[in-house]
Amino acid sequence: MSRIKSIDSFNTFQTLLKPREDVRIKLFMCAGTSCLSSEADIMIQMFQKLCDEHELSHQCAIIKTGCFGFCGQGPILRIEPGDYHYVQVKVEDVDEIFNEHILNKRIVKRLLYRNPHSDEISIDASSMDFYQKQHRIALKNCGHIDPEIIDEYIANGGYTALSKALSEMTPFEVITCINESGLRGRGGGGFSTGVKWEVAYLEETNEKFIICNADEGDPGAFMDRAICEGDPHSIIEGMIIAAYATKATRGFIYIRAEYALATHRLQIAIEQARAYGLLGTNILGTLMSFDISIKIGAGAFVCGEETALIRSIEGGRGEPKNKPPYPSVSGYHRKPTVVNNVETLANVPNIIVKGSAWFRDIGTSTSPGTKVFALAGHVRNIGLVEVPMGTTFREIVYDIGGGHPKDRKIKAIQIGGPSGGVITEKYFDTPIDYESLKAIGAMMGSGGMIVMDEDSDMVEVAKFYLDFTQDESCGQCTPCRIGTKRMLEILERLTSMQGSIEDLESLRSLGEIIKWSSLCGLGQTAPNPVLSTLTHFREEYEAYAYRTKKKAYSIDPAKCIGCTKCARSCPVTCIEGKVKQLHVIDESLCIACGACFSACPVNAIIRP
Amino acid sequence: MNIQDVLDTSSLDSNKLLELDSFIDQCENPKHEQLIHVLHKAQHLFGYLPPNLQRHIALKLNCSSAQVNGVVTFYSFFNENKMGEFTISVCMGTACFVKGSDKVLDLVYKETGAEKDVMSEDGVFSVKDVRCIGACGLAPVLSVNEKVFGHVEAKNVKSIVDIYRKNHVKN
Ligand SMILES: Cc1cc2nc3c(=O)[nH]c(=O)nc-3n(C[C@H](O)[C@H](O)[C@H](O)COP(=O)(O)O)c2cc1C
Ligand code: SF4
Ligand code: SF4
Ligand code: SF4
Ligand code: FES
Ligand code: FES
Repeated sequence: MSRIKSIDSFNTFQTLLKPREDVRIKLFMCAGTSCLSSEADIMIQMFQKLCDEHELSHQCAIIKTGCFGFCGQGPILRIEPGDYHYVQVKVEDVDEIFNEHILNKRIVKRLLYRNPHSDEISIDASSMDFYQKQHRIALKNCGHIDPEIIDEYIANGGYTALSKALSEMTPFEVITCINESGLRGRGGGGFSTGVKWEVAYLEETNEKFIICNADEGDPGAFMDRAICEGDPHSIIEGMIIAAYATKATRGFIYIRAEYALATHRLQIAIEQARAYGLLGTNILGTLMSFDISIKIGAGAFVCGEETALIRSIEGGRGEPKNKPPYPSVSGYHRKPTVVNNVETLANVPNIIVKGSAWFRDIGTSTSPGTKVFALAGHVRNIGLVEVPMGTTFREIVYDIGGGHPKDRKIKAIQIGGPSGGVITEKYFDTPIDYESLKAIGAMMGSGGMIVMDEDSDMVEVAKFYLDFTQDESCGQCTPCRIGTKRMLEILERLTSMQGSIEDLESLRSLGEIIKWSSLCGLGQTAPNPVLSTLTHFREEYEAYAYRTKKKAYSIDPAKCIGCTKCARSCPVTCIEGKVKQLHVIDESLCIACGACFSACPVNAIIRP
Repeated sequence: MNIQDVLDTSSLDSNKLLELDSFIDQCENPKHEQLIHVLHKAQHLFGYLPPNLQRHIALKLNCSSAQVNGVVTFYSFFNENKMGEFTISVCMGTACFVKGSDKVLDLVYKETGAEKDVMSEDGVFSVKDVRCIGACGLAPVLSVNEKVFGHVEAKNVKSIVDIYRKNHVKN
């Protein structure tokens, strides 16, 4: 690998990077976290070994690619030519796929995706309901390139935007393009990216910084991680363009300590970009210099807040500061610092190449473009979905997500993580964009979307989030530190059947106080999950307050046949009974795990 | 904590200390900005961050012990207590929570005998609750050291713990 010394040589290099003619078959094996934990790495080695043994290595390439999004069907293997998708592939299937598909050119039908409703099988992504309503911009390379090889990114149009910006656009024209595209921050706030850059651009000083926020704090979301793992160069390219636009010379990627694989891939990408002269001094022979280092967090949710993040990069406790001044005026080392989210940055190169009008055409007028959501919970198709803004909840959960795994009723959707709230069925047809969500008292958040069925206990869900934010409060301001603690105590009192109806009012008033008197976004939004469930599911709070809530499982004496299966499955051994005799649950000990419910062959177990 | 224990670094492995020192020497300036980076390395080497190690780092980075301890206690990733041979991390991310990971966590505590921030008496297990580890498709999820277990049901917890306990006995 050698430095590319000018924009022209880059362009020539890119046109010459044609796909290798001799490679006739490409196997893209998902190497995202979820699939890797189901032995995708072993299968990659097995395929490689088989290729070597059959002396096919020169015409058959095994590519470790990023998350396909459909993690619930993982591990996924995609084969070109064509776009064959094999799902839930296991180590035992490797030989068959190799023999049938690769050697004999016969499709292995049993490993194709089967639509649970229509029972039809899908060969490729375009016929899978999961992908049909998606529009991939930020995730476009995930599943299509090897993220550890820069040439694959470049061959797929990567760094074209940088080359275009450096050769055809002034920094201000770049900012204008982003401004006109209407791109808004995907980290949760939805602030205009163009305006943020412009503020930093207008500051006159010798040093400016670009920070990529890869802290991904929402405890149920993994969009940013998938982009870092599956397409790290798109983030780096976005950062270089931001640096060119604002005249920054140094960048940081602040990433969660738990994201080892993502960090590894970013590190490789940075080194490769440096070797090509895309990072460092005199980028592509121009006067621009910019370099990036990775900073690893250490497990503090509040560090996702931009001012806390900057303090953490400076080596200190991640305690947020009052704004203004905003980081784009005074951030790292008190210099202008643009902080952007991973997904925001991954959109940037696409906008530069295709233009702001193209981007505006996607999504809604106030929220152009797409948004990636991490869809999980009680839904059939779990994974990452990227949809145009304006798509409705119903489309995501039912058309893309396939509805409830057992076709039961879906009670609520939680979005916005610990800062957000619940959406009830009444609002399932709301188009998702920043404004419509605000209008129904919800917020976009960073992209966590958790589907909950009738069995979900909304008070417990609210308690879960509050427990999280309470634990993560940095403790600087009293309302956030003490207030959330009081709220949590009340919720604990309620759920242990010690509360009263007055507690509901206390929850609401405490929540309101915390919201307006806290310093940073964490405190200002921490009460949301409680307040929103209290509004939409008041009866569930009341059941606790009036102590009518039933929590333990029980057995219907009319149905029990005494098969002992429930007793054997109970993890806390609270079910008594002899063979062929009625079984009884000691309700004071039951932890409501539901194991007995799944175990009973005659549906004799009654849910609380 | 006895003051002598804080000052005395003789209980720390000297080879590891040397490795840490050379790591610090190679860090970019200003050194105090590298504190979190250095603590990651130290925890990787020693497994946890006892007071004497924190003081050693403070001296090397030219900052106060209070500053180092302030950072160590702020970030949940850093442990001041010794960890067991196996760390069981139960995902308490939202997707796992709605599929019952809180019950899994309770059972993991019960089966291992470990408590929050305190390893089990026999030194075999530490238990942590962690946030989404990115395998929501397999929820509920737990990991033992690096190995991820998906679709963990309450009834599987005992057998997972038992596998590792047996492994420990063998060693
Ligand atoms: C408590 C808290 C946590 C946050 N966590 C994140 C995060 O994990 N990732 C992120 O990109 N933004 C997070 N933000 C928002 C950032 O402060 C900031 O607005 C964002 O990184 C700006 O980038 P964007 O304009 O591209 O969205 C958080 C904010 C708050 C108040
Ligand atoms: S609102 Fe909470 S997290 Fe934010 S600064 Fe105040 S105490 Fe810290
Ligand atoms: S719900 Fe779980 S704890 Fe309760 S009786 Fe059934 S198996 Fe036992
Ligand atoms: S599993 Fe069902 S039928 Fe069997 S003993 Fe339990 S309750 Fe009775
Ligand atoms: S990790 Fe493989 S599809 Fe998401
Ligand atoms: S919430 Fe547990 S893996 Fe995502």
